[in-house]
Amino acid sequence: MLEVINLGCIRGDRRLFKDLNFSAKPNELIELRGANGSGKTSLLRLLCGLATPAEGEVRWQGKNIRSLGEDYFRDVAYLAHQNAVKDELSAIENLRISSAVNGNNLKGDQAQQILGRIGLSSQQNLPARSLSAGQRRRLALARLLTSNAKFWILDEVLTSLDDAAVKLSREFIGEHLKTGGLAIIATHHDLDLAADRIQRIELSK
Amino acid sequence: MSAHSLTSMFGWLVWRDLILAWRRRSDVLATVFFFVIVVSLFPLGIGPERETLRSIAPGVVWVAALLASMLSLGRIFGNDYQDGTLEQLLLTPQSTYLIVLGKTLAHWLVSELPLVIVAPVLGLQFGLSENSLAIVIVSLLVGTPVLSLVGSIGAALTLGLRAANVLVALLVLPLYIPVLIFGTGAVQASVNGASPRAWLLLLAATAVLSLVFAPWAASAALKISVE
Repeated sequence: MLEVINLGCIRGDRRLFKDLNFSAKPNELIELRGANGSGKTSLLRLLCGLATPAEGEVRWQGKNIRSLGEDYFRDVAYLAHQNAVKDELSAIENLRISSAVNGNNLKGDQAQQILGRIGLSSQQNLPARSLSAGQRRRLALARLLTSNAKFWILDEVLTSLDDAAVKLSREFIGEHLKTGGLAIIATHHDLDLAADRIQRIELSK
Repeated sequence: MSAHSLTSMFGWLVWRDLILAWRRRSDVLATVFFFVIVVSLFPLGIGPERETLRSIAPGVVWVAALLASMLSLGRIFGNDYQDGTLEQLLLTPQSTYLIVLGKTLAHWLVSELPLVIVAPVLGLQFGLSENSLAIVIVSLLVGTPVLSLVGSIGAALTLGLRAANVLVALLVLPLYIPVLIFGTGAVQASVNGASPRAWLLLLAATAVLSLVFAPWAASAALKISVE
């Protein structure tokens, strides 16, 4: 489903990696490891199509993601370092608006249900400004749950999450993989995920 | 993707920006007050001679509108860029052209339309006739979308740069010159008792041209800035 062919990345005048090759099928998890500055985030941005590769290509279902354009974005959900949470909106507004802009209208009770699952029920009407770093991360995770994307691209998903939330995110990712999803996770921590197939990619400096 | 869901996504995008603007309405009000104050300073500084005021009114109103829209251009993409929502928007299954168009439309509604509404009141200070006031409104109504559209290119190009506001002004103000000439031309014509029709048509042509090309250029710029 996902194929990465001879991918190379250059940031400024530094080469981060070259000739990177891997492929992944549904139900598969890719764990991306590497020291700080080894190009994990750059690779993830190449995979979601936000950045253009200096060399090589990324293919999704046999086609270059450049030529797929917006069709590819329907299959992809990206959780970046930044939570993409709007301070001015309440938790529930953040969730509903971001998924509506994504072409996925959530009903009020659906949104409440997801926020309940992620542990933000009692904060749902608070402006996101007043949420803690961990709660904002939870909100970003909730957005992931509303998407129907097959391919999750997660950058340091566990940042500032407490133990309960870490456990929850393991569950979510596990469920996603079981239902035919595919995920790539950049991480420094052991995720101990129960996936059928786990691939490890190590980026060296 | 069906046309219906595309429209709904576009609508939500605009609606989102309107809500955000409403929650930070002090930013919006600042732009309008700036416009009001700049325009009002001229009669105070120049004195109450009707003929002089009447002849400078078109230029003053239009230049103030250009400057006021400079103030708000950074907000088209700036806030979304900082908190990471812009990346998420670019990853939604609608074309970047539509995203830029939606955000520009929201910018126009929030930051330019209020200028169009207060302009006739300000025009009274310059002793403009009713007819000329109407032309002020019409010319601004046709011309200000160009300010938002062309401005979005500058805003996208300078995203994330230091001194972005100054750079936007340097980039965008020269591109505003046609709008300024056609807009003031229309009002001037009506002040002099001539027909402003030709000027307004030129202004409308500029608007159509920028509607087609500006979002396209801005989306290219946006992709470069985000990368």
